[in-house]
Amino acid sequence: MVQRNFEAVDQTLAKLYEVTVPAAVSSNLTRRPTVPTEAPAFVRDVLGAMIAGDGDSIPVSALPIDGTFPSATTQWEKRNISLEIPVWEPDLCIQCGKCAYVCPHAVIRTKVYAPEALEGAPEAFKSTDARFKEFPGMAYTLQIAPEDCTGCTLCVEVCPAKDKSQVGRKAINMAAQPPIREQEACNWNFFLNLPEIDRTALVPNSIKNSQLLQPLFEFSGACAGCGETPYVKLVSQLFGDRSIIANATGCSSIYGGNLPTTPWATNRDGRGPAWSNSLFEDNAEFGLGMRLTLDKQNEYARELVQQFGAELGSDLVNGLLHADQSDDGGIAAQRARVTTLKECLHNVDSPQARDLLSLADTLVKKSVWIIGGDGWAYDIGYGGVDHVIASGRNVNILVLDTEVYSNTGGQASKATPRAAVAKFAADGKATPRKDLGLIAMAYGTVYVARVAMGYSDVQTLNAIREAEAYNGPSLVIAYSHCIAHGINMRKGLDQQKLAVQAGLWPLYRFNPDRLSEGKNPLQLDSKAPSIPIAQYAYNETRYKMLVQSDEQRAAHLLALAQQDVQRQWQHYHQLVDLYEAEVQAQVTAAAAASSNGSPKEQA
Amino acid sequence: MDLSTTYLGLSLKNPIVASASPISERVERVKRLEECGAAAVVMYSLFEEQIVHESLELDYYLNRGTESFPEALSYIPDLPDMGRYSVGPEVYLEQIRLLKEAVSIPVIASLNGVSTGGWIKYAQKMEQAGADAIELNIYYLPVDPELTSSELEAAYVQLVRDVRASVSIPLAVKLSPFFTALPHFARSLAEAGADGLVLFNRFYQPDFDLDTLDVVPNLRLSTSDELRLPLRWISLLYGRVNVDFALTTGVHTAQDVLKAMMAGANVAMMTSALLRHSEGHVQQVLSDMTGWMESYEYESIRQMQGSMSQRAIENPAALERTNYIKVLNSFQEVSGGPLPTMNFSLR
Repeated sequence: MVQRNFEAVDQTLAKLYEVTVPAAVSSNLTRRPTVPTEAPAFVRDVLGAMIAGDGDSIPVSALPIDGTFPSATTQWEKRNISLEIPVWEPDLCIQCGKCAYVCPHAVIRTKVYAPEALEGAPEAFKSTDARFKEFPGMAYTLQIAPEDCTGCTLCVEVCPAKDKSQVGRKAINMAAQPPIREQEACNWNFFLNLPEIDRTALVPNSIKNSQLLQPLFEFSGACAGCGETPYVKLVSQLFGDRSIIANATGCSSIYGGNLPTTPWATNRDGRGPAWSNSLFEDNAEFGLGMRLTLDKQNEYARELVQQFGAELGSDLVNGLLHADQSDDGGIAAQRARVTTLKECLHNVDSPQARDLLSLADTLVKKSVWIIGGDGWAYDIGYGGVDHVIASGRNVNILVLDTEVYSNTGGQASKATPRAAVAKFAADGKATPRKDLGLIAMAYGTVYVARVAMGYSDVQTLNAIREAEAYNGPSLVIAYSHCIAHGINMRKGLDQQKLAVQAGLWPLYRFNPDRLSEGKNPLQLDSKAPSIPIAQYAYNETRYKMLVQSDEQRAAHLLALAQQDVQRQWQHYHQLVDLYEAEVQAQVTAAAAASSNGSPKEQA
Repeated sequence: MDLSTTYLGLSLKNPIVASASPISERVERVKRLEECGAAAVVMYSLFEEQIVHESLELDYYLNRGTESFPEALSYIPDLPDMGRYSVGPEVYLEQIRLLKEAVSIPVIASLNGVSTGGWIKYAQKMEQAGADAIELNIYYLPVDPELTSSELEAAYVQLVRDVRASVSIPLAVKLSPFFTALPHFARSLAEAGADGLVLFNRFYQPDFDLDTLDVVPNLRLSTSDELRLPLRWISLLYGRVNVDFALTTGVHTAQDVLKAMMAGANVAMMTSALLRHSEGHVQQVLSDMTGWMESYEYESIRQMQGSMSQRAIENPAALERTNYIKVLNSFQEVSGGPLPTMNFSLR
C-alpha cells in the first residue's frame, strides 16, 4: 500500500507541467449578461441586478412605487439548470399533447400553424403535418425551451408513443443539453414568433386541443417535476387572459411571485392574469373581495351602459348587456363591443363617461381563482374557504393538495393521510385526512371536484372547465405529488395513478347544475379500489420510514388506512345512490305532473 | 408409519419443509406451519443488495432538499434518535430469534449476498442469531458476455468455501438450473463444504405487456408440472454427489413429495402450494402420503429415498436424452396431427 502511494506521487510528478500565463487576456469568451440585452429596461437594470445577486446596489427609487411588479419576466432569466432536455421525434409523435400538459415549467409548447409560416425557419427547426380534424392542411411543431427546462422527465414518462422497432425510444426522449442548447434556443425563438392559435376556432375539450393554448404561467422556480404547477398552468391556458388570482401563502405564492421574476405572463395582446398573494388566514376572503369588487364594477358599468343608450345605439347596448360569454368566441365578441364602446365614449365628456371608460373592461367576464395548498385550505385558511363557498359567489378555488405543508418543510396538515410521517406526526399520522370535498358538497350549491392528472388528464381538464363555467363557488382539489413525499419525482404521475387505484384519492365531480337537468350531480370518475394501499404507500419515504422505525405501528396504521379507504368508497357510492333516488323521484313527479296537467290548470 | 428423514444433519419428523416465502415474516404463521406438521422452515431471503440499496435510498430521500431553501431546512422530520431506523439486517436477525423462540422445528436462514464480505458477515450474524442452518441463495443473473461460466462457477465455489470457513452450522446452496455441467459443479460445491443442494431456484420471469410495450413483473405460482426438472436432476445426481438434496419447485401434492423422495431428495420444499392453500395444506399432504404408503405397503420414507434415482432404475437411459424422442412420438400418437418439423430433423 505504501509502495503504491509512492508510485502515485511519482506518476503525478511525472505528469506535472508548467502552464505559462500570458501577459494579456487573449480569450474572446465572455460571460453572458445576466439577462439578455433585448430585455425591457426594468428587467435588465433592476431585475437583472437582483438575479446577479447585486440587489443591494439598486436604489430605492428604481423600485416600483406601489409594489406592483411587471409579469412575464421569468422568460428573461434563462437559468440553464438541466444537463439533459427532452428532444421531440416528429415521426413517432401522435400529437396527444400529454407531454406539454404535464410539463411543470411550461417548457414544452405545441402550435398548429399555416405551413407558409415556416418560411425563414432555422435549419434544425422541426415540423410535421398537424393531426387535428379542426385544422386540415396545417403544420404542427412541438418545441422545447432548452434554457428553461429543469430536466424532470415527466414528459418522457407520460409519452405513450413508442418506436415499434425499439420500444425504449419514445416520441420525446432526454438528450444532453449542451450540444443542442444554441440550436434549440434559436428554434425556440422562431417558435415563439409563430402565430398563436385562434382561440375562437378551438374547443379545448381534449388534452391535445388544450395544449395549443398559450400558457400564461411559465418557467417558475418550482421544484423539478413539481406536482402543483401543471394544474396552475392549465388554468392559465384556459382562462389566463381574463383571470384574477388570489394566492395563499405557500409554495404557489413563492414560485408564483418570488422576486426577482414573475412566472405569470401575458399574451401578445398584453392580457394575462392579475395576481396577488395574501396571507394563509385570509386568502379565500381576499379572492372573494376581488369577486365582489368586480361584480360591483360590472353592475355600475351596466347601469352606465343603459344611461348612454342613445349615444351607443340599441344594438351595442343589447350586445354588451346580454352577451353570451360562455366560450372564447363569446368573450372575443364582447371584447370587440367594449372596444367599440370605448371609441364611442372618447367623444363624450362627462364624469359618467369617464367612469364607464374606466369600468368598460369589467363588462368582459372575469374568472376569479383562489389558489393555495392544503395547509391553507384545510387548516389555517379553512374558515375563510368555508365562508366563501357558503357565499354562493362565483369564485373558483383550486387546492394544490400535497397532503403536507410543503413550503415550510413538510409539516402535517389536516390533509395528511393516516400512516404517513410528517413533521408534527413523526410517528405516523394517527387520524385520517379531512374530506374537504365532502364538506363542501354538503352545501349542495358548490361545484366540487377531486382530480389527479396522473390518473386521468381528461377528468382534470373537464373538472377545471366545469368549475369555471359553474355560476357559483367551485372547489377543485388536485392531488399534487411533492418532494416532501420522499419520492422519485419522475415517478410522480405514477404515484398519482396508484393513489387513485388504491382508493386513497377517489376522483369525482359534483355539479349542482346537473340536478336541475334531471341528472345525478355526483359522478364518480375512478373505479373501486383495486390495489392494496401498500402498493402505493411503500413507494414513498413518508410511509416507508415508519416501517423502518416502528414496524408494528406502521402495520397498525396502514391497516386502519386500508379500512378508511373501504369506508370512504362505500360512503361515496351511497351518496351517488341517494342522488340517483332524488333524480328518479324528480322524473316521476314531472311525469305525473305532465299527465295530470299543472295544478293551475286543474284549479 | 415412519416419515422421518434427515437433512443437513438435522433430524426431521417428515420430509416436508416450508420454503422461503413471505409466510416466514409472521411468527404466528410459522407456528401454524409447525402445528400442521411442517418439519422445518426456510426463512425469506436476506438480500445484501436490498439492505445496501434501502439504506442509501432512505438517506437520499430523508436529506434531499435540506439546507437549500431559506423557508424549509428539511422536508422529512428527524426522528428523536436517527439510529432507530432499522434498514440493516437487524429485522431479519430479530425474526430468526423470534421464530426460534416460538417453534421447535429447525429454522433455516436464507442469504443472498453480493460481496464476499457481505456473505460472511451476514452468515455469521445468522448463526449467532440461532439459525439451525443457512441456505445460500445464489440468485444472480450473469449478463456480461465477458464473464465465462468457469469464472462464475469458480466464484461460487470460493464463496461456499469462504462461508463454510466462517460458520459451523450446516450450509445448503440453492441453485438455478442454468449450469452447463451441473454434476461437476454440484460436486465442486460439495467439496467446498456445502452440506446440501437445493434444486432449483425458480426465477420469476418478467413478461411483456403488449398494450403498453412495457416489461412487467409477472408472479405466477408453480404447478406440479414444474416438478419434473428438479426431479430429473436429483435422480441423476443422487449417489454421484455426496450431499443432501432438497427438491423445490412444483411440490404441491403427496404424489409430488413421494416422487421427490424416490428421486433421492432428503426433503421436499413447498412454497406455491402454501401460498395458495395456506398452512393447513401440509396436514393434507402428510395424510395423503401416509395413505399412499399404507396402500403400497411402504414402511418408511428412508426405504424409498433414491429408489428411482438413475442408479436404481431398470433403464437408466430413461432419464437421459433418448427420452426426448419418445415424448415427441407420444405426442404424435395422442394428437394424430403432424409433428413439428424439428422432430423430423431429430430422426
